[in-house]
Amino acid sequence: MKSKALAAPYLVWMALFTIVPLAIVAYYAFTDSQTGELTLKNISNLGNYMPILIKSIWLALVSTAICLVIGYPVAYYIANCDEVKQRFLYMLVMLPMCISFLLRTLAWVALTEDTGIINNFIVSLGLEPLPLIRNDGAVVLGMVYNYLPYMIMPLYTVIMKIDRRLVEAAEDLGCSGPQTFKRVILPLSTPGIISGFTMVFVPAVSTFYISQKLGSSGTTLIGDVIESQFKTAYNPNLGAALSLVLMVMIFICVGVTNRFGDDEEVMAP
Amino acid sequence: MSKELIRLVNCQMAFDDEIVLNDINLYFNDKEFLTLLGPSGCGKTTTLRIIGGFLKPTGGDVLFDGERINDVPPYRRKVNTVFQKYALFPHLDVYENVAFGLRTAKLPEDEIDERVTEMLEIVSLKGFENRRVSQLSGGQQQRVAIARALVNRPKVLLLDEPLGALDLRLRKDMQNELKRIQQAMGITFIYVTHDQEEALSMSDTVVVMDKGRIQQIGTPEDIYNEPKNAFVADFIGESNILDGVMLEDCLVKFFGRKFKCVDRGFEKNEPVDVVIRPEDIDIVKADDGHLCGTVTSVTFKGVHYDTIVDFKGFKWLIQTTDYHEVGEYIGIRLEPEDIHIMHKSEYSGMFGDYSSYSAEYEEMDDPDLYPEDEEGEEASEGTENEE
Amino acid sequence: MKRFNKVFTVIILIFLYVPMIVLAVGSFNNGMDIAVFKGFTLNNYRELFRDSVLLPLLLNSVIVALLSSLIATVLGTAAALGIHSMGPRMRRLSMSITNIPMTNPEIVTGVSLALLFAFVGTMLKTNNILGFATLLIAHITFNLPYVILSVMPKLQQMDPNLEEAALDLGCTPVQAFFKVVIHEIFPGIISGALMAFTMSLDDFVISYFVFGPRFVTLPVEIYNYTKKPLHPKIYALFTLLFVTILLVMVLMNVLQAKDEKKRRDERSRLHRRQVG
Repeated sequence: MKSKALAAPYLVWMALFTIVPLAIVAYYAFTDSQTGELTLKNISNLGNYMPILIKSIWLALVSTAICLVIGYPVAYYIANCDEVKQRFLYMLVMLPMCISFLLRTLAWVALTEDTGIINNFIVSLGLEPLPLIRNDGAVVLGMVYNYLPYMIMPLYTVIMKIDRRLVEAAEDLGCSGPQTFKRVILPLSTPGIISGFTMVFVPAVSTFYISQKLGSSGTTLIGDVIESQFKTAYNPNLGAALSLVLMVMIFICVGVTNRFGDDEEVMAP
Repeated sequence: MSKELIRLVNCQMAFDDEIVLNDINLYFNDKEFLTLLGPSGCGKTTTLRIIGGFLKPTGGDVLFDGERINDVPPYRRKVNTVFQKYALFPHLDVYENVAFGLRTAKLPEDEIDERVTEMLEIVSLKGFENRRVSQLSGGQQQRVAIARALVNRPKVLLLDEPLGALDLRLRKDMQNELKRIQQAMGITFIYVTHDQEEALSMSDTVVVMDKGRIQQIGTPEDIYNEPKNAFVADFIGESNILDGVMLEDCLVKFFGRKFKCVDRGFEKNEPVDVVIRPEDIDIVKADDGHLCGTVTSVTFKGVHYDTIVDFKGFKWLIQTTDYHEVGEYIGIRLEPEDIHIMHKSEYSGMFGDYSSYSAEYEEMDDPDLYPEDEEGEEASEGTENEE
Repeated sequence: MKRFNKVFTVIILIFLYVPMIVLAVGSFNNGMDIAVFKGFTLNNYRELFRDSVLLPLLLNSVIVALLSSLIATVLGTAAALGIHSMGPRMRRLSMSITNIPMTNPEIVTGVSLALLFAFVGTMLKTNNILGFATLLIAHITFNLPYVILSVMPKLQQMDPNLEEAALDLGCTPVQAFFKVVIHEIFPGIISGALMAFTMSLDDFVISYFVFGPRFVTLPVEIYNYTKKPLHPKIYALFTLLFVTILLVMVLMNVLQAKDEKKRRDERSRLHRRQVG
């Protein structure tokens, strides 16, 4: 049967529009923006952006951790409901993602601004307005809000598939509720945790919109820098170098996490 | 018997470097019920898939009515298959499943209707036309699968462990049913199973396979009474297999004693395997026995007792209707026709010793003990190697 | 514990929906500032339907989403069939390639495609290569993995004998696909197509790097707007979209639940018959 050939158009497509572009990114990263000659200048310039890169990773890690901590109980609760309720709750979690994340982020701006909805309410109670926006916390809030469904989704899928009899077996073998959770359910949900980790961390570390809207100049992230190199500063070579670093970092990160997770196929949504 | 229909000539099949079928030469006669019998991984399903056209042999030829059909795709072959787990189309009802092949062949509607109705009657599924296949029991699904294949009036029906998923009682009923259908339709059945009892009770011809090779071809009686080597003797029924030396025609020596037998044509002093079926052995008083030993275990089996007797460290299985206590010292008698002589083979010494006997030995034939994915593995490896 | 989880889940759901409520309320607001409610009005909706900019942009988005998800579904389903019949080494390689756009940050995908198009543009000596075609190519590229990743599991779950049974009964491989295999993997194809459509409709980051001034999609335009205050009619547009999606989802949910109940009933009836 010749069915293997059916994948050929796809593989050609991916080669043209995924592999070749990445090669071009690498090429730009190592060439000079003016002369077009090979150079290591862009890479050596990256040192200047180290603090921004570290800040991006830090904020993304904090957001991912918060997503995990608040996403797990939700996923666990949904997975333990009856079928109809499960589907309904799952839908509720996924639904916000159908609405433009730009607008949802703007809604948070409206909520947290100095003269925003929350502060107006606080002021109307006769209290001092709180500095809710233009800080690290606001950026983390934006990330958690936008990417939380990406954490709940894989966690729910994995927890739902855990055989109920395993829980009974653990109880039969003398485990208390918390022990059962720690020794059976949590280890079995590792693939979901890893998958959720990647699905939240990757977009969070590379975002540029959330930080622009909710952050300040002190919360410039690596994504903002890349965006500006292409859209305003017109130094695509430097932008390419930064993209390359970001990509390599993420691939190493994901590679390590996947190794950690026993080579499970975790990227599938 | 009647004329030859399919012939495999020096068929070989290799997946990557692993040789799954080695030099298979086999022919199938018209209207014959032939069974490929062997343990999992023996190559029987591969053989069937080659005949069905799902695999191309890596060496040798497949002939149909004398014509080479190696490169003929399955949809142009005059054979149909009943798959192991039925492979009924879940999106179609019973009627449409059976009509599938006829519709593909674009037959006129009234002929389709006539043939489907007739076929459903033959497999006793009249009135089930509009059922979804998921609503059927295992046995009913089995019948739909048979009807779906037979309605196309193939010259040969291939059946891949069709009864494997059924429980014991249903399996027995379906065995009779299959035999009846085969006789009524008057076509060739090629049947794959690892169940020796199924093979013996249904087949005209049994082909015993192991390790990608044919070990023996013959009628069920031949296979049982005249096994060619220790593998066949052990796989078909129970056997005590002992080392012996053929002194001359009809005289064999084992356990330091000479016995009369009925086998000829061996070389003088040729080392041989001696097979003695457990049910052929008569237990007598110790004084009257050709050999004497101590009973070490007795298990009640319903019609008989499985009695293990220790003869100088070698344990025999004896099936007898009389009860003998553990520790009893008994003798046995062997008549010449109870002793069957085989040439030494690669299997010598591997089977036929009941020293590690356990009462569960029969369950070795139980399908559950075989990894179910044998065929799956072969199938997936097969597709990988196809172009 | 269960009770705590329940309360917690409700709180998180509220958290997820607060911005939606803000947007919805904003759409009925009589003032320009979404943070200050100045009285109820339907004016924003009236203006939305008279608007000659937003609706064509929405149409653009829908066109790109429809076309790209359609092409990605066909190409991706064929690819999934091909990958499914590959040997383990080729299959692993193909799946790794499939995972690249899934793992890569969107911004890197966007940047890399932008550079590719710029590169091709220089070669063709044109500087307005960006437009509908580049946008469509980019969307197809990031849609493909979604289709493949939702069709592949269905192919793996499918009994491989089903296809063989069809061949055995006289179907050519093409007939076997359309008469049998497609029925088995259809749910995967649909969910892949839906996912691709939603992703494409909502995509901003990648579009932002490959769109041309001649063909703009709604999210890109919103981004350009957000540098200045947004007109509330945009909230009206998204409130309408949200309500539509909500209705469709609820309807699908109800239908599915009904279907499942029916099947369960059938099964238990069958079971009773077998027992009795």
